[in-house]
Amino acid sequence: MHTEFLMGNEAIALGALAAGVNVVSGYPGTPSTEVLETVARRKTDDVYVEWSINEKAAMEVAAGAAYSGARAMVTMKQVGLNVASDPLMSLEYIGVKGGLVVMVADDPGPISSQTEQDTRTFAQFSKLPIFDPSSVQEAYEMVQEAFELSERLGTPVFFRATTRVDHGYESTLVKDTSEWLRNCPEGFVKDPGRWVIFPRLSVVNHAKIESRNAELSDEFSDYQRNFVVPEAGDCRAADGRRVGVATHGINYAYVRENLDEANHVRLMRVATPFPFPERKAVEFLESLDEVLCVEELDPVIERALISVCGKYHLDVRIRGKLTGDIAPSGENSVESVGAAMAAFMGEDAPEAPAPTDAPTLPVRPPVLCAGCPHRASFYAVKCAMKGRKTIYCGDIGCYTLGNAAPLDMVDTCLCMGAGINIAQGVFHVEPDTACFAFVGDSTFFASGITGTINAFYNQANMTLVVLDNSTTAMTGHQPHPGTGRTMMGQVVEKVSIEAILRAIGLTCVETVDPLDHKLAVETVRRVADEPGVKAIIFKSPCVVLAKPQARSVVDPDKCVGCQRCVKQLGCPGLVPRDGKVVIDDSLCTGCTLCEQVCPFGAISGGERL
Amino acid sequence: MSIKTNIILCGVGGQGTILASKLIAKAAMSRGIPVKTAETIGMAQRGGSVFSHVRVGEDIASPLMARGTADLIIAFEPAEAVRQLAFLKPGGRVVVSARPVVPVSAMTGGPAYDYEGVMSYLRKQVGEGLVVVDADQAAADLGSAKCLNVVLLGAAARSGALGLTEADLLDAIHERLPEKLWALNERALAYVG
Repeated sequence: MHTEFLMGNEAIALGALAAGVNVVSGYPGTPSTEVLETVARRKTDDVYVEWSINEKAAMEVAAGAAYSGARAMVTMKQVGLNVASDPLMSLEYIGVKGGLVVMVADDPGPISSQTEQDTRTFAQFSKLPIFDPSSVQEAYEMVQEAFELSERLGTPVFFRATTRVDHGYESTLVKDTSEWLRNCPEGFVKDPGRWVIFPRLSVVNHAKIESRNAELSDEFSDYQRNFVVPEAGDCRAADGRRVGVATHGINYAYVRENLDEANHVRLMRVATPFPFPERKAVEFLESLDEVLCVEELDPVIERALISVCGKYHLDVRIRGKLTGDIAPSGENSVESVGAAMAAFMGEDAPEAPAPTDAPTLPVRPPVLCAGCPHRASFYAVKCAMKGRKTIYCGDIGCYTLGNAAPLDMVDTCLCMGAGINIAQGVFHVEPDTACFAFVGDSTFFASGITGTINAFYNQANMTLVVLDNSTTAMTGHQPHPGTGRTMMGQVVEKVSIEAILRAIGLTCVETVDPLDHKLAVETVRRVADEPGVKAIIFKSPCVVLAKPQARSVVDPDKCVGCQRCVKQLGCPGLVPRDGKVVIDDSLCTGCTLCEQVCPFGAISGGERL
Repeated sequence: MSIKTNIILCGVGGQGTILASKLIAKAAMSRGIPVKTAETIGMAQRGGSVFSHVRVGEDIASPLMARGTADLIIAFEPAEAVRQLAFLKPGGRVVVSARPVVPVSAMTGGPAYDYEGVMSYLRKQVGEGLVVVDADQAAADLGSAKCLNVVLLGAAARSGALGLTEADLLDAIHERLPEKLWALNERALAYVG
């Protein structure tokens, strides 16, 4: 054993490796991405790891490996679980041979997501056991226990953490490589009665799952990580009520921060919200009058305790999100939990800081980087379609940031790949609108291909714009089929987006450098007027990866201070100063877009890649 | 006696706050003190407001601290210092780079950047505890703008509020950074303007 300063996601990866995982697959998504990246960095040679094209593919790869007796893990963010839900819901009925851990990162807040969905609720829906760690150290240990349970019961299990555990860092005690388990898979053993899903098999297995989960609830009541901390001192509320707090995940840390070690309420920490440790809960509720459930996302523990009270005729009032004691949405914090606990105890709320005369601060949302080719792509389409009736359907990736002023080029954004068929849907209602769908290269591979086929087959009239920067930029530059690299380090044949589009049947597919502004605008004008589904591939590498060395400079004698560059492009490298514009050379990449936009030829020195 | 120190690092995505928090953590762990941190990772790294909570000491449950409990704020940007100021405990210290980073939003219709208002508010609220670092001068003197994070760490160590010495941080720099960057960062750590 040794100590390392680890991110939660790194600890989860090392825990899986210590448990002898053989195969790890996933699709990147904040806050889950570093799990698979750490597996790739720290694994031994016999472990297989891949970035799959989407979460459904990743789930199926992991399932096949687990059918063959391998220990497998599949990683994704919470919205990725929606993509993987089709194979997973059926896989629960079939089961696995080797342990299969479905690692899902939930995002209260949400900080980097479309939804605040709760994988604990998904666990109830899919009838799969779930583990919910409270700290980095616990995540490391618990993922090993998850593998053990999965393999013993022959079922996939969820391991979910939230952002503050995934992206928290801790000094963590971990095993040396020599202490890792070695799992030698037996291989796939043919058995049609086991591996082929039919209605007759499903009804039999459904019954087995329900009885297994009832037994597991009992087993989880003795699981050391579902525990009750007895009250210390006089645990009563101000009005004499006997009270307790039930919590989970990082909220356990927030509750602890608000506890007086010598005098505090009874506490229950739930590490396996499904199957719910019912017997442990009854023990916790014994002789209490009221319980406050401190949770993020869904009121899972709150509903479970209400159900336990009904089932066992316990006269305990359960409070939390459903009673308005805890915020229904968003992330909790040390002070929000402290305020809720104080109110619950009937104590005065902590004093709110006195209002101050703070200056109005500038808002600082994330922006497209200086030199980002997406800015040039959006600007080209905007210039080309000026005065026309248009809709710009966006998608998931860095390019969602094209919605901000001054570009204002994202009218819709829903989920991975959705923009293509949303544009199609708008076309069927408004045939006179020029419908555009913007999709990134990784998103195109993940879920854009089927949508394009649908639009083509169903006779839509729309323009598909693929923003190809040859990487998965938003999540930290993961390889994908178009990059010609795999996570195992192989150099492989690149999958061509243009060839895919032509194979579907599109006859108008143009590839152009968006940073050649004049040519880009002309191309958009020409292509948008073609009939049917047509495509423009704007190809230029992500500047964070390519690191261009050129820099543009403004000639102060030529700059008249019109700020056209600033107001048209919104590039963070362009800074108004003393009535003119200067270029921040710590940000500039010399992309030349501003040089092409300046009506006075005042900017020069850049160089297109 | 056990030391407990709460530190917030804040700035604009891309400025190097995460590396600075890693150096603090490494330095503390080398002295055998446990560390918990929480970082902004994801979309905000693209030029948005970012912050890290760094908590050094025994028996700390949460990686995030409560408002009014930070011993020290190390701000890479003045407006971001104001944004995090509610976390500072009474009498806490703020080490701030004087160089503003004006967001695109302030030039395209969003709220303007009132630099004088920001700086005078910091002076009024933090008083004696405020340490202002002239980042432009430091970059000119050191010949690089890339080591602002280490310049700020040096100033924080000398303020006494970091609970770590320059020597502790130097060890962390040697462990964490490639040898070719040592000389520059050693000068940055000792830089006093």
